[in-house]
Amino acid sequence: MEIIEQAFASFIAAAGFAIIFNVPRQVLFQCGFVGMAGWVIYTVLSLQAVDTVVATLAASVVVAVISQIFAKWFRTPIIIFNVAGIIPLVPGGAAYDAMRHFVENNYEMAIPLAARVVMLSGAIALGLVFSEIINQMIRNATWKKYHNKYDRKGLERS
Amino acid sequence: MERYTVTEVSLLAGKIMLQSGAETYRVEDTMVRIAQSFGMTNAQAHATPTAIMFATDTTEPTNFVRILQRETDLHKVTQVNGISRAISGGHLDVTEAAKALEAIGNQKDTYPNYIQLLAAAFASSCFTIMFNGSWLDFLPAFVVGATGYALMSYFHDMLKIRFFAEFLASGSIGIFAFFLIQFGLGHEIDKIIIGSIMPLVPGLLITNAVRDLMAGHLVSGITKAAEAFLTAAAIGAGIAVVFFIL
Repeated sequence: MEIIEQAFASFIAAAGFAIIFNVPRQVLFQCGFVGMAGWVIYTVLSLQAVDTVVATLAASVVVAVISQIFAKWFRTPIIIFNVAGIIPLVPGGAAYDAMRHFVENNYEMAIPLAARVVMLSGAIALGLVFSEIINQMIRNATWKKYHNKYDRKGLERS
Repeated sequence: MERYTVTEVSLLAGKIMLQSGAETYRVEDTMVRIAQSFGMTNAQAHATPTAIMFATDTTEPTNFVRILQRETDLHKVTQVNGISRAISGGHLDVTEAAKALEAIGNQKDTYPNYIQLLAAAFASSCFTIMFNGSWLDFLPAFVVGATGYALMSYFHDMLKIRFFAEFLASGSIGIFAFFLIQFGLGHEIDKIIIGSIMPLVPGLLITNAVRDLMAGHLVSGITKAAEAFLTAAAIGAGIAVVFFIL
């Protein structure tokens, strides 16, 4: 039940962000879906007591892979889906808590939270990098060796 | 009849993309692709977040465009991307491409302002739920988020200094949320504030910074990361000041 509630909220939030960023109308729904997918993965993993950094990494990899597929499918720049998917994962809550403790001169509490924010941001970035690498591997390497050199009337595929 | 050159078309495409918030590597790639499909196989392009340089060949004169204003309009990026595809496919000549690009450049926002405001409000209240806030705080976050976003656009038009606009907007969000709590209309001030500041978070900048760094555009990547960091710092400082005062 909680998952459904979270999925619904993240869908609206991601689609709302897509509107703020003037995303084309045709892909608004898909943006919401990418955001929802990432957040559901994150929530499910968090409920299984997985560390939030790992959960964020997994979620951002999923977001990036779905974005790659959608970008190819709908022939749009990939950032459209990336942005919508990443937004829910941004560690806004942790950053806020860290900042609040800093302001209250409670440095013992603030420093671990700030370190956590850095780790979470790094996990998001790493997830995006991973999927880019996977995408390039698929595009460059995998299919070429299965192609016959002389198909298409003797022309090599590039 | 007006005549356009390939350089003009290329620079126009690059300018629109950069002003609308595309990654710099995509801008360079698009400009070079356009030039190549018109037969300039050795075209050179260089883009940073504040300027574009373009030459049709390595020894040809270099053209230069300054980018003063940047906003986020991914619809325009998509459209220019489509034009670039059409040019590569040989469906558009120079004049047609230039006309199409000018039409894109003159477009207004895809969504009217009130829709964007509504979107920001819904996003705020949904973020409150996502950060484990209760449904009782849905409506307060909706109102505070809408106010914050509206003030942000207002300050942005008035001040022209982005970071200060964000600072003032997040400060107003903090004060407004505090008063809502005082009058018993909200429950958890933390959740309301976190949800309401989310529409100000520089999500596109973060994504673009990572993607530019990955593509090897170190200068653009670092600049955008710095911009994102400054924006985040401005938002944090706005809230921090409110906590100091109240």
